[in-house]
Amino acid sequence: MLTKSLRNTFLVIALGIFISACSTTAQKTQKKGDDVYTGTDTVKFLATGVADRVFFGTNSSRLTTASKATLDKQADYIKSSKISVVIEGHADERGTREYNLALGERRANAVSDYLMTKGIAKTSIKVISYGKERPVSTDSSALAWSQNRRSVTVKSN
Amino acid sequence: MKKFCISFFSILFFTQASFALVKIDITRGNLEPLPTAVSKFYIEDPSKFSEELKKLNLEEKISETISNNLKRSGLFFIIDPKSYIQSPNIAHVKPTFQDWTLIKAQIMVSGKLVIDEQKRLRVEFRLWDVVGGKEIEGLALFATPQSWRRIAHIISDKIYERMTGESGYFDTRIIYVAESGPKDQRVKKLAIMDQDGYGNKYLTLGNELVLTPRFNPTAQMITYMSYFKNLPRVYLLNIETGSQEVVGDFPGMTFAPRFSPDGKKIIMSFAKDGNSDIYTMDLSSRVVEQLTTHPSIDTSPSYSSDGKYITFNSDRSGSQQIYVMRSDGSNVKRISFGEGLYGTPVWSPRGDLIAFTKIFKGNFYIGVMRSDGSGERLLTENFYQEAPSWSPNGRVLIFYREKKSGKSGAGGGSSLWSIDLTGYNERKIDTPTDASDPAWSGLLSK
Repeated sequence: MLTKSLRNTFLVIALGIFISACSTTAQKTQKKGDDVYTGTDTVKFLATGVADRVFFGTNSSRLTTASKATLDKQADYIKSSKISVVIEGHADERGTREYNLALGERRANAVSDYLMTKGIAKTSIKVISYGKERPVSTDSSALAWSQNRRSVTVKSN
Repeated sequence: MKKFCISFFSILFFTQASFALVKIDITRGNLEPLPTAVSKFYIEDPSKFSEELKKLNLEEKISETISNNLKRSGLFFIIDPKSYIQSPNIAHVKPTFQDWTLIKAQIMVSGKLVIDEQKRLRVEFRLWDVVGGKEIEGLALFATPQSWRRIAHIISDKIYERMTGESGYFDTRIIYVAESGPKDQRVKKLAIMDQDGYGNKYLTLGNELVLTPRFNPTAQMITYMSYFKNLPRVYLLNIETGSQEVVGDFPGMTFAPRFSPDGKKIIMSFAKDGNSDIYTMDLSSRVVEQLTTHPSIDTSPSYSSDGKYITFNSDRSGSQQIYVMRSDGSNVKRISFGEGLYGTPVWSPRGDLIAFTKIFKGNFYIGVMRSDGSGERLLTENFYQEAPSWSPNGRVLIFYREKKSGKSGAGGGSSLWSIDLTGYNERKIDTPTDASDPAWSGLLSK
């Protein structure tokens, strides 16, 4: 457990270093969206091999390549099993409550939009934002926050 | 909720033109609070007090409540009642000022309680300038004995007003969200209490998530956000009748509601397809108006006190910043240009300042700036704090903090705090449970 969370931290940090190394412009503050969680802790599965969630960078609703790969699998699964889904959008605890509600909604819609481009009908997707109200990891650490910046796809029928 | 019946018509005895020799300058951090004596009130005719009434111990409770109010303002130092020499009735009728100068009091408060023929409680109070040796304020109030707390608050406001030249904020209430349970399954209820923490009541049962309650100008209505039936929407609650309704018929999440200063409209955000814009709904005509159309997050709107302008936060520049526009949505201007992120702008009831939350280098600040963005001043820094709300006189801000939590959420928790506009007098406000999203009512007796 400990080694696993250490590894996850390492992944987050490693990605951060990689991206900042690629950045050509000098940035004093953290660049938006460069701290996406890439581990597997907290992840559940809609079906074998179909992860239920994707993660986001701070204040960002951009889907990473890895997120898109996850959503491709979700789209295949939703189509083949003819289910409807609710996309829950969540934020970490480091923003103001009202802004986070809007941010969660934006994240859930980024996922919903992507699923629609993969042929899922708008009528079988609902979105809901919980802002920072329903964290999955409850300690106040950079790792927990990265796990909470997420959208979760939930079966609704 | 029980209705209060208090008759306020009653300014009386004393007309002598009087300017006090002592005065409090409220605009500076008052490092030397005014030495004040609050004498115990006295009962004029104890035979008229029933046993039940006597048990309320009003003669002590009223002066204690006044003392606590004045003390919490940070502007008054209450001299220990044990050192008072004069009996309460002498102090009220004809005080010997030397007895009060001896204990270094500069002002003294005295009072009398009477039960009249209609079984009403009549509270008479006087404020004495000990230095100048004269009465400088007097008032008599009638109420049911059960509403004695409000009388104590009104008297406190009168004293504050006389000494500072500004209206008070003691006869007010706080609406907030009471929190309990683990961090990932937080139970949240609407709660209301007097400004000093007494009379705490829950307005919802905690079956659904509720957020961001705010008062209308008469403090009889509350607008808030609820996840009732898992549909996040803005609601309206009448706290006198308990009746509740959804505000408007929006096909998606509505949030961040506030009343317009005349109480006729609700301003809020509506989120659709990943874009949050600002809308108003007129409560009588039900007409909905969209004020912003930008494809970014526009939220946390707040009207100026004259209703002519709206401040809100938006990330249209790429990061969360504060903007001001006319109340019809025109003339949008960004006003925050410091380093970091800016959110939850809220216009002062005095009209001159906007209070906000600032996020900078991983810390959270409560600050104020002028409505053109100049004169930014940060009042307090913390791991997490946000959402300031003004006292009705624009001198104090209430907000909430969250503590950093360790493994599995241990050690976290939320609480209410207040701080003076001067940056001094920071205080925790005690609540029966964890608490967040506080909003201050206007004066109940306007």
